[in-house]
Amino acid sequence: MHPELTDNIGRRTRTNGRFRYLVIAGSVITVIPIFLIVGNLAVKGYRQINLAFFTKPAPDTFQAMMAAASGEIIPGGIANGLTGSLLMVLLASFIAIPLGLMTGIFVYENGTRRYARFIRSLTEILQGVPSIILGIIAYLWVVKNITRGYSALAGSVSLAIMMLPLIIRSTEETMRMIPIAIREAAFAPGTPYYKMIYKILIPVSFSGLATGVLLALSRILGETAPLMLTALGSPAVSFDVTRPVSAVPLLIWDFYNDPNMVSLVWSASLFLMVFVLSMNLLARSVASKHKYI
Amino acid sequence: MNNTPQSENVLEIRDLFIAYEPGRYAVKDVSAHVRRNSITAIMGPSGCGKSTLLRAMNRMHELYPNIETKGDILLDGQSIFSMSVIELRRKVGMVFQRPNPFPNMTIYENVVAGFSLNDIRLKKSQRDDIVENALRNVALSDEVKESLYRKGTFLSGGQQQRLCVARAIAFNPEVLLLDEPTSALDPIATSKIEDLLGELKKKYTLVLVTHNMSQAARISDDSMFMYLGELVESGHTNTLFTTPKDPRTEAYLTGKFG
Amino acid sequence: MSGDRITKALLFISSLTILLLGAGIVISLFGGAIPAFREFGLKFIVSPAWNPTTGSEEYGALSFIAGTVITSILALIICIPMAFSTSLFIAEYYNGTRTSSILRSLVDLLAGIPSIVYGFWGFYALRPLLVATGLSDQGFGVFTASLVLAIMIVPYATSLSAEIISMVPAELKEAAYSLGATRREVIFSVVIPSARSGIIASFILALGRALGETMAVTMLIGNANVIPKGLFAPGNTMASVIANQFGEASGLKLSALIAVGLLLFLITALVNALGKLIIKRFA
Repeated sequence: MHPELTDNIGRRTRTNGRFRYLVIAGSVITVIPIFLIVGNLAVKGYRQINLAFFTKPAPDTFQAMMAAASGEIIPGGIANGLTGSLLMVLLASFIAIPLGLMTGIFVYENGTRRYARFIRSLTEILQGVPSIILGIIAYLWVVKNITRGYSALAGSVSLAIMMLPLIIRSTEETMRMIPIAIREAAFAPGTPYYKMIYKILIPVSFSGLATGVLLALSRILGETAPLMLTALGSPAVSFDVTRPVSAVPLLIWDFYNDPNMVSLVWSASLFLMVFVLSMNLLARSVASKHKYI
Repeated sequence: MNNTPQSENVLEIRDLFIAYEPGRYAVKDVSAHVRRNSITAIMGPSGCGKSTLLRAMNRMHELYPNIETKGDILLDGQSIFSMSVIELRRKVGMVFQRPNPFPNMTIYENVVAGFSLNDIRLKKSQRDDIVENALRNVALSDEVKESLYRKGTFLSGGQQQRLCVARAIAFNPEVLLLDEPTSALDPIATSKIEDLLGELKKKYTLVLVTHNMSQAARISDDSMFMYLGELVESGHTNTLFTTPKDPRTEAYLTGKFG
Repeated sequence: MSGDRITKALLFISSLTILLLGAGIVISLFGGAIPAFREFGLKFIVSPAWNPTTGSEEYGALSFIAGTVITSILALIICIPMAFSTSLFIAEYYNGTRTSSILRSLVDLLAGIPSIVYGFWGFYALRPLLVATGLSDQGFGVFTASLVLAIMIVPYATSLSAEIISMVPAELKEAAYSLGATRREVIFSVVIPSARSGIIASFILALGRALGETMAVTMLIGNANVIPKGLFAPGNTMASVIANQFGEASGLKLSALIAVGLLLFLITALVNALGKLIIKRFA
């Protein structure tokens, strides 16, 4: 044994223990906000939620003021936001899912070639673009030039651009996990290329693809910024893609800016958060049920 | 350091049970001793518990959080479970199956890593001495003389393993545990390490887990044969190999199962 | 076989959309920003002016660049200890246990909460706290925004860091343990040096997210078109000024806002590229 070994064991053991407490404490602090936020929203928002909440459009400020003054539940709900969100998400999916799927398959099939790698890098860059910038783009392309005014179409385009990289990446990653044996088996009897893709590649990786789509959807459902520059918002329940339309996050923004509608903000936020988180959980459970892909 | 005369047995294992999960024992009722300045080989088929037994000797098995241990292991008469783990590991060093020098440290730094990890400040002259001695003891000095301050990743597998031995003996431990130290090496590197172990046993006590029984026959003084967690037989290597007492030992030695 | 050809062509054409999208975004941003740059030159980038009065319009991006950089970096600083301890919890101390997966899921939930909900929770829950402590009279400002931003980016920093940390080879850690190191010592002398570049990359990517955050920041930063005068003073970020003023803007002001957007796009792209580069090269 070396005589130089001083006995610092006690000190080091104490430091070790203290550091462990710090790690645990830091982790607890990190997740506390979830409970605070969810708790706050649940407690303050549930009162306003009833059937009318989902079926009636947002009240105007006068109605809200009257209700607030007499302590009643504010009449109306988020129906215009629900329909607007639904419309734009459907349209965005219609654009982004096929494009994203095909591009994802393309990148997967051509993995190592220079062009495919370039597309992959571009996709990554696109994924990092702030959503408000995509709002500017959709404004310049659709609001200015196509619909000559704020519209659901512009909103959908901005959401579609947001979804696209997410779907491309999840498609590619899902396909990468397909065992080679299946691919080889598919090609063996001289299968035509397109048949291999839609009779084998896609069905086998279906749950992974579904997860990717669900995650992309949950991402765009909560987006507000780009919609402020494109869909703008509207008090009416409308399905006209060339006119402004509301969305749940936009309604939250409107309610937030109006002091009479405060209690609606809580319930609308509660609804939005629960919906988005459920989609997240759904995506996760789909992913884990079909473990091999 | 105690002043009592050193006993013949450095390590004594008493009625040791180790379970990774309740009810599933990796080591069952093992009692044995390890003689000072000898090489003891622990052999047996995969899954027999030999690695677990070895790792218990420096309490590395405790890295598994749910592990349950019953019984005792004594180092120089003192229970290893009653002393601090840090102190134990200064007296009992370990070399692993795959050479694992720290990649972000130079060769020099690797040898004295034990000291820096334990937050022990040494003068440069002390460190130099330690490095020189350790490298000489593992027959690496000439080979790395010029590259002491380079990271060790360019060394061959055998050289890396010898570096790991140097790192382990820098502390001057009493016992050196080796977990299949040559199974990842080529035959030439293996024989160099085996020669090295023969030299090292003059100063240290070595316990070696091996799945290669000819290695055990070649270099060890004592052997232990384990099967399904039990210590089936132990004793002088010569005796065990030539006249095994237990039919299971004989079956293993004659290659009936591996 | 022409079915094959058509399929391959279709796939190729859809890949072109990404190309066109990328090019289109850059071109549109530049195109929209040119009037502002033509009027103010490159001075636009370093000018803190923001005066929309007709007749003496003057615009500059500096206040917003300052706001963005300050809030994002402050958010990162606040986020680092939280993300660091959480990733060590998940990937080291409780690696592989149910506790770890529960924590991981909780952290993922943080990422799922929409930005506007964060902003509005910050408004109703955090702001009064700041007012109560007297640090700020209204509660709006750089600090409040950065605090909420930090909470929002923690999941991104944590998940990547945790993944990198869990990939440190067990044999290196075992070597350190066998030499007598305590767990904390193993973490600092083996795990962190080994995972260092991955951890740094995860923080850079988290920074990239913070730079582009809009709603929560807009609702908490006070919307003052000046360089923030202090930690608790109001200000504005590039994203939030666009969100606030784009709607009624036209002409030169619109162009100035698009120019701000262009700058935001470039800064974000650069930071993200840096993070990805570090991952590819070192991890």
